[in-house]
Amino acid sequence: MARAVTNNRKALNTAIAWSIGLVIFFPILWTILTSFKTEAQAISNPPVFLFFDWTLENYAVVQERSNYMRFLWNSVFIAGGSTILGLIIAVPAAWSMAFVPSRRTKDILLWMLSTKMLPAVGVLYPIYLLFIKMGLLDTRLGLTIVLMLINLPIIIWMLYTYFKEIPGEILEAARMDGASLPKEIIYVLTPMAVPGIASTLLLNFILAWNEAFWTLNLTAAKAAPLTAFIASYSSPEGLFYAKLSAASTMAIAPILIMGWFSQKQLVRGLTFGAVK
Amino acid sequence: MGSITLKKVSKSFGDVEVIPPLDLEINDGEFVVFVGPSGCGKSTLLRLIAGLEDLTSGAIEIDGSDATDATPAKRGLAMVFQSYALYPHMSVRKNINFPLKMAGMDPAEANKRIDAAAKVLNLTDYLDRRPGQLSGGQRQRVAIGRAIVREPSAFLFDEPLSNLDAALRVNMRLEICDLHKTLATTMIYVTHDQVEAMTMADKIVVLHDGYIEQVGSPLELYESPVNKFVAGFIGSPKMNFVSGASAKKRDADSIGIRPEHLTVSADAGEWEGIVGVSEHLGSDTFLHVKLSDGSMINVRASGELKAAYGQKIFLSPQEDKVHRFDAQGLTI
Amino acid sequence: MATQQSRSAARLMMAPAVILLLGWMLVPLTMTLWFSFRKYLPLRGGDLGWAGFDNYTRFIGSSAFWPSVQATLVIVGGVLIITIVLGIILALLLDQPMWGQGIVRILVIAPFFVMPTVSALVWKNMFMDPVNGLFAYVWKFFGATPVEWLSQASMQSIVMIVSWQWLPFATLILLTAVQSLDSEQLEAAEMDGASFMSRFWYLILPHLARAITIVVLIQTIFLLSIFAEIFVTTGGAFGTKTLSYLIFQRVLESQNVGLGSAGGVYAIILANIVAIFLMRIVGKNLDA
Repeated sequence: MARAVTNNRKALNTAIAWSIGLVIFFPILWTILTSFKTEAQAISNPPVFLFFDWTLENYAVVQERSNYMRFLWNSVFIAGGSTILGLIIAVPAAWSMAFVPSRRTKDILLWMLSTKMLPAVGVLYPIYLLFIKMGLLDTRLGLTIVLMLINLPIIIWMLYTYFKEIPGEILEAARMDGASLPKEIIYVLTPMAVPGIASTLLLNFILAWNEAFWTLNLTAAKAAPLTAFIASYSSPEGLFYAKLSAASTMAIAPILIMGWFSQKQLVRGLTFGAVK
Repeated sequence: MGSITLKKVSKSFGDVEVIPPLDLEINDGEFVVFVGPSGCGKSTLLRLIAGLEDLTSGAIEIDGSDATDATPAKRGLAMVFQSYALYPHMSVRKNINFPLKMAGMDPAEANKRIDAAAKVLNLTDYLDRRPGQLSGGQRQRVAIGRAIVREPSAFLFDEPLSNLDAALRVNMRLEICDLHKTLATTMIYVTHDQVEAMTMADKIVVLHDGYIEQVGSPLELYESPVNKFVAGFIGSPKMNFVSGASAKKRDADSIGIRPEHLTVSADAGEWEGIVGVSEHLGSDTFLHVKLSDGSMINVRASGELKAAYGQKIFLSPQEDKVHRFDAQGLTI
Repeated sequence: MATQQSRSAARLMMAPAVILLLGWMLVPLTMTLWFSFRKYLPLRGGDLGWAGFDNYTRFIGSSAFWPSVQATLVIVGGVLIITIVLGIILALLLDQPMWGQGIVRILVIAPFFVMPTVSALVWKNMFMDPVNGLFAYVWKFFGATPVEWLSQASMQSIVMIVSWQWLPFATLILLTAVQSLDSEQLEAAEMDGASFMSRFWYLILPHLARAITIVVLIQTIFLLSIFAEIFVTTGGAFGTKTLSYLIFQRVLESQNVGLGSAGGVYAIILANIVAIFLMRIVGKNLDA
């Protein structure tokens, strides 16, 4: 792999890549910067980039106006709950598919994936009705279940691809050593698959965090997560750029920070376990 | 305790019959080697005994009681895998401890056993390392350690030395033999390498296409193979097969003669040939001789023999060492 | 390669996932199918009885139907093409030796973390607003008339916003695939005198085929059900009404559940056509 590359060439690569990276990142950077401006500076002409009067006022206003912490907690509960619930159901299923494959395994896997293609709007009203009947409308529990179900195929698929990398002989060794099936999964498979499971967990947490169809349509005041919090800024308050930016920053910050700290697992997870 | 009996055991994967019904008796304390070319069903047979695969039909008895439907855990057997199958996330100590932990053994007793096993296997200094930090031979010993602490009624080895380099393989071969003498426990050992089979086994089971070709001690197989396949498989270098006039003369369809049972002469003998490559090992010299009819004969001669490339040479088989085969390849 | 015991254990452990997903698929689907044959207006009398195929003919006959199918396909197709082409270029670039590769990678994948509602709002207001948006400023700076992005170039704008969100995903998958390419192969080709273009065409692109399949599969799944971006930006106006959004409006805004459900059935059929098509390709490619 290592090929001698002149420093000039490397500098050129660096310059191009950094420019493109910054262009792609710019909307996020701009949002974060704007959140610290006053409303007047936020729409000033020409725009100011760094040299403005930094203020935290917008954050205070946003928190006061919409009780950010409650939305945040709902998001954490729903995204975390659905991911963990999904894992509990998916680990045994993925074990079965990876280590005891049958002729139908691949069909089942593709079928599961295809349930994700069902257009959500097509079943929105029935789900809505069922939720009313079961008292799940605008509850965190209800949303947790729905998000678990829509992400379950992806969780299973990812775990399946990670499990398949683990040599079957090691699990057979555990069986020879007297481990029962649950022990085989808890003591041998799971610890060996930790990186894969972590990636799966992270990616699905993000997908659930950002999910914006069911969270918008099945919640009102009580269980609304950050997607709904931010949607409430769509108009006409959206014209107050600084406050919109502050709210946006607050909605994406937890995930951005999490992403920063777990880059390796995340990058692995982002490929959905599909490419090595 | 460690006798294993296979009764009419067969295995099919779908429509493919990997192992036709076979019977086999393994006595307590025996070192049994399953040997055969790859794809002969030897590993499958071992996995059937281990309980990692279901029998299609037949029964397996361990120590006189039926174990056909028992889970691997219940059979009281330990297995050493080709890839060692160590748990990469556990230290050596925890690896060896795992079967004891699964059996719910008291930690103090478990530690005593682990330390004893580590001492036998020279692993004492490595108990806190992870498998990834060990050499191939050390990993192999950990796998063996994991097997012996359980004090199983029999050990199963699935080509355990095939991932080691040649020198280490010889060492480990001796260690395993040593272990067998010390523990006196039944061992079933699968290999495709007939040298391992010959050097280690009390009893060799030669498998070919799922069938047992012959069962016997190494010397029995060497001296009186029942058919051409066993004759050709056991012994190194391989037995030479000759058909035609020389076979007719001895009332056979073909005859076999081992390289070490040929007499070399410069001026007279049954067969005349031209010396091709000769390999001088010091102790022996291997000659590849091309006979006048174009067939190749391998000769194992003494180390002092000097033969030049292209030199004319005469070979004669030692009459009492000639194996005769009929048209079906069976020994006459 | 397993025993009867582990096979039955496997079936047992698959059961929860299979049953849940089967229920999740069948129950609402049956209900949707049922509603689609009813005249059902929750706010104007509720279930008003059997409607036969009325809802189906009305939905497909409405002037909004075909444009919505077209809008859906344009968005999915447009985003796929943009993300894959740019993704390949970016992946090849990021694979080059450079300083601060890790940081660039973070910068590039960051948009994936941004929730769709946020990205739609930020793009709509802070960039595409014809008065105060950053684009308007740039246009004015060069003496041009600011574009009213979301009304005059609505489709392009939405495709752009969504592409921005999905480009990181495509780039990352393709980058991983590029990195797994055997560099000796490339060097051998270079020794054989292959130009960069022919190396790309005959070695790199075929190597990326599987990764591209994955990108197409996963993005299609998510893009077919795109919602928040339209909900927040145009609200379905200016020709950006996708099939999903049209159904959403029928059900929630005009409260015509029967009609919406018929639309839902159409959407499900469309999704299935796409799904079968995709699964064929993917099923083949996944074995590799």
